[in-house]
Amino acid sequence: MVSVRGLHKWFGPLHVLKDIDLTVAAGEVVVVVGPSGSGKSTLCRCLNRLETVGQGSVEIDGEPLPAEGRALARLRADVGMVFQSFNLFGHKTVLDNITLGPTRVRRTSRTEARQQAMTLLERVGIADKADHHPAQLSGGQQQRAAIARALAMRPKVLLFDEPTSALDPEMVNEVLDVMVSLAAEGMTMIVVTHEMGFARRAADRVVFMDDGRIIESGTPDDFFAAPRTERARDFLSKILQH
Amino acid sequence: MDALTTHLSELGHGLVTTVELTVVTTVGAMLLGIAVATLRIAPVPLLRAIGTAYVEVLQNLPLLALLVLFVFALPTIGISFPLFTSAAIVIAAYEGAYLAEAIRAGINTVGVGQAEAARAIGLTFGQSLRHVILPQGLRAVIQPIGNICIALLMNTSLAAAVGVVELTQAANNVNLLEAQPIAVFTGAGLAYMLLALIIGQVTGLLERRLAIVR
Repeated sequence: MVSVRGLHKWFGPLHVLKDIDLTVAAGEVVVVVGPSGSGKSTLCRCLNRLETVGQGSVEIDGEPLPAEGRALARLRADVGMVFQSFNLFGHKTVLDNITLGPTRVRRTSRTEARQQAMTLLERVGIADKADHHPAQLSGGQQQRAAIARALAMRPKVLLFDEPTSALDPEMVNEVLDVMVSLAAEGMTMIVVTHEMGFARRAADRVVFMDDGRIIESGTPDDFFAAPRTERARDFLSKILQH
Repeated sequence: MDALTTHLSELGHGLVTTVELTVVTTVGAMLLGIAVATLRIAPVPLLRAIGTAYVEVLQNLPLLALLVLFVFALPTIGISFPLFTSAAIVIAAYEGAYLAEAIRAGINTVGVGQAEAARAIGLTFGQSLRHVILPQGLRAVIQPIGNICIALLMNTSLAAAVGVVELTQAANNVNLLEAQPIAVFTGAGLAYMLLALIIGQVTGLLERRLAIVR
């Protein structure tokens, strides 16, 4: 579904992604972990070209990522993204946030898009907030609305860029629960996160990044029980201590 | 006072022309302002350069000089419009540059995340501008846009210099007959003030009605 080959990325002189190879099969849930500054988020953002690619190739469902223009917009419609800071459209109600993409990009009729949006909102448990504006919602509710907005496009793959990092601790679980249920239903997901509990519960594979490289990749059981590299052991000991 | 009441019809016509010129020019300047602001944030460097050049040229020349140039110089190379049209085009082009800068400031208040989220659901540059960026950016600068509209209203009086009989010119004509400058120009001044107050009220109303819940 997603295929990354020899991906490099530079920010000026800073070499942030170094020769990344990553293949994600349809229905697979890949969790990307690693210390901050390791390039996880940049990798995630390269997959729908919110960041340009320095060198190498990214393919989504067998199609190379177009450089720009309408072709890129079309491809992005198939790749959902959930951001750390939610990024719901502040001037629109929750319902209008969700129907914008389907009506403008997919040309779905307004009534159908609304029905679909309500179903999704029920699914993420905030149907009663449909007519509220984002600022009237808690962080957890906003992030669930953002997940509904991404799902409304019926994406082939969903990218999560640290979806719970901006949330108060008591709201983390309501978002993770939605993500776990998506994973269980067979959605292809790439999740950048620090939630090791989620990785254990829902991931098919854990990818460990450090200093712009993929250092280690394996099943959650193997990775957490017996990390093969010193750097992964060091990282896990730091975050699992308390 | 007699000077005002006996010439009510001339002054009335002048006032109507001022209102017409203001409305037509405001609409034109807004459209132009949005277009130029869009150019200034476009992803293509050439388009950005065109937008910048437009703003720099139009903002850095006096409106009166532009009006005179347009009305008296263009006909010598065979281009001429009716006087009202000429004045409307020049004032719209001039105020459009100021509006473009106000609108660009508004666009800059909209977080990068909003544009990224818009692109992530597959909207094109134009669509994200129209449905996500501009609706929020314009709301942030309703007040400055209102101020520019008031300045635009005042600037329509410069059209008198190129022969448009708007309120100032009408008052001037009446004064030439009656020689009562205090009454005539105070009357005209009050009319301008009333129009400016209306624009101010509309601005305030729009700002309250369109406020984004934060």
